[in-house]
Amino acid sequence: MRQIAVLGMPNTGKSTFFNRLTGSHAHIGNWPGITVDLMMAEVKLGDELAEVIDLPGIYDLRGFSEDEAVVRCFLEKTPLNLVLIILNTTQIDRQIILPLQVKQLGLPAVVLLNMADEANRFGVQVEPDLLAQRLGMPVLPISAKYGMGYHGAIATITASLQQHDNLVQVAELEERLLNDRQLANDLAVILDGAVQMPLKLSDQWTSRLDRILLHPVLGLPIFFAAMYLIFQAIYAVGTPMQEWLGNGLDWFKSSALEPFLAPLPTFIKGFLIDGLYEGIGTVAAFLPVIFLFFLCMAVVEDSGYLSRSAFLMDALMERLGLDGRSFVMSLMGFGCNVPAILGTRVMRSPGLRMLSMLVIPFSLCSARLNVFMFMSTALFTAEQSPKVLFSLYLFSFAAALLTAAVFKGKFPSQEPLVLELPPYRFPTIKQMLIRAWCEVKHFWIWSRKFIIFGVIAIWLLNNLPTNVPAASAQTLSGMIGQAIQPLFAPLGINPQLTVALFFGFIAKEIVLGGLAVIYGQPEDGDLANAIAHQIDWVQAYSFMLFTLLYVPCLSTIAVLKSESKSLKFALLSVGWSLGLAWLASFFFYQGARLLGF
Amino acid sequence: MSTTHLANLKPGQSATILSLDIETGLQHRFCALGLRCGQEILMLRRGWMKGPLHLRVGMTEVMLRRCDARQISITGIGKAA
Repeated sequence: MRQIAVLGMPNTGKSTFFNRLTGSHAHIGNWPGITVDLMMAEVKLGDELAEVIDLPGIYDLRGFSEDEAVVRCFLEKTPLNLVLIILNTTQIDRQIILPLQVKQLGLPAVVLLNMADEANRFGVQVEPDLLAQRLGMPVLPISAKYGMGYHGAIATITASLQQHDNLVQVAELEERLLNDRQLANDLAVILDGAVQMPLKLSDQWTSRLDRILLHPVLGLPIFFAAMYLIFQAIYAVGTPMQEWLGNGLDWFKSSALEPFLAPLPTFIKGFLIDGLYEGIGTVAAFLPVIFLFFLCMAVVEDSGYLSRSAFLMDALMERLGLDGRSFVMSLMGFGCNVPAILGTRVMRSPGLRMLSMLVIPFSLCSARLNVFMFMSTALFTAEQSPKVLFSLYLFSFAAALLTAAVFKGKFPSQEPLVLELPPYRFPTIKQMLIRAWCEVKHFWIWSRKFIIFGVIAIWLLNNLPTNVPAASAQTLSGMIGQAIQPLFAPLGINPQLTVALFFGFIAKEIVLGGLAVIYGQPEDGDLANAIAHQIDWVQAYSFMLFTLLYVPCLSTIAVLKSESKSLKFALLSVGWSLGLAWLASFFFYQGARLLGF
Repeated sequence: MSTTHLANLKPGQSATILSLDIETGLQHRFCALGLRCGQEILMLRRGWMKGPLHLRVGMTEVMLRRCDARQISITGIGKAA
């Protein structure tokens, strides 16, 4: 099979081209020694089957960032037939260094001048034939977004592939690259007469929009309003979708699975339905929100507004070791932590990304909000409960700030913040759908095993041994609850609530269901009464604090692990949040008791 | 001609980059974004509360933190055309 790599700088529409070339059939490939996800797909070009690999966007093959090291490592280890270099035509004056470097390495290449439509609009004129002659490789203008010039480009790529049927591998890559002065000379020679740049960028729309959106006074309020609207849109549409999906899964369970599995022994039936099937349901429940989230993020990111948010929030976020994009993701985490953590992939600096992933789980997500609404209504008066909820939001912010402050030094962002602020663009519907679909697929593939396994493990803890009532003190979880009771007693959390925290480990959505099982009461006023009779408000608040701060859910741990590619990092996040939850509850509970409450 | 550093440029002013006092690895990144010696640079706006700078070099707009901008010396300050 032929091997083709796609190379380009960030913001050149490289992924758009890759998606157009491969459909949405791409999957994540594994290369030895490479830690970053590389998307790859098999594509038929002419009569040949080719494997196309999308390399991370880089600025310079000599660069110092992780992505640049990944590309160097990839080129040295992988023999290739062809390299496709995607350039943003408007910025050809500086991006031409990539084809120059590839030429220097002796790799066969085809250059695609992308965003040709935008270049036209900005008055950039290029002579592709002259450039091709000087570079010694085909150069073609295309628009990956709208498809202009695409078929011609494919024909040229196919022809080039036939010419270069031997694989080329680069040895001693760094020694072979030109130094800055030679590069600047070559650059001037190649561009001279082949490229006409306008005297200044004439994108009136972007200048006008920036004047409003980056306004010193109006900028931030507009930013918060926009984020609020997106947040509302995702969860106003996503929550009913999750409900329908949940109802559909329940309907299938009660009308097909349960009758079908009825003859089986109770334990096996319970294992299959409440363990395995619920596990699949837990994964499925996230799919609509992830889909909608990335539909919206495609707009925010591709429009160029996400990098503007970095500009707007940087003054504050720099002190926390984060940037504006971390802020956007943390904000989105208040709906659901899982897509927010997946969204950190837009940050290419590993330190910044890790720190953001550590902070996001403290965002009070909608699942936790459900538990708090129930508990605060059960234990507090109607006037008090909104204040209780508000105080929990404050704790959520405080925990995020504290986490950033504590771990800032451990996950420093090595890269200086030089972000490009691209002209405003709007993605096509197709681009948005492909993005959302790929993210859903990614989550499904990488997280389902972990989540289903976790749900089954907790179910077994709650249901073994088989001859006692589920989740009672005689089950494994009950026994663990008893065993660790000395740890939870100082927090005012009784054995029943401790077992409920086990349920909460899977997902906060099932904490209430878990309490209903533990107390043997239906999940309504009766349960609220039963709990209110047993604990006072100080204990309830301590339980809520713990629920707020400890591990959000199994799915969050699953994505933390799959995104960081480090079990150690996932364990650090779990350990830190458990520790923080314990300390916060301890100080609250003991403090309140000391004060005589 | 007087020289100063990039962080001192006012919105609407343009200047020519004289030198970049940064490590080599970083220089590649800056260079790839168009921040090279001899390039003309325009200050579009300065961020709120000592926030980052919004600059235009050639056909590219970038944001840069003030601490990094202090490492870039400039000369020939004038009003943008």
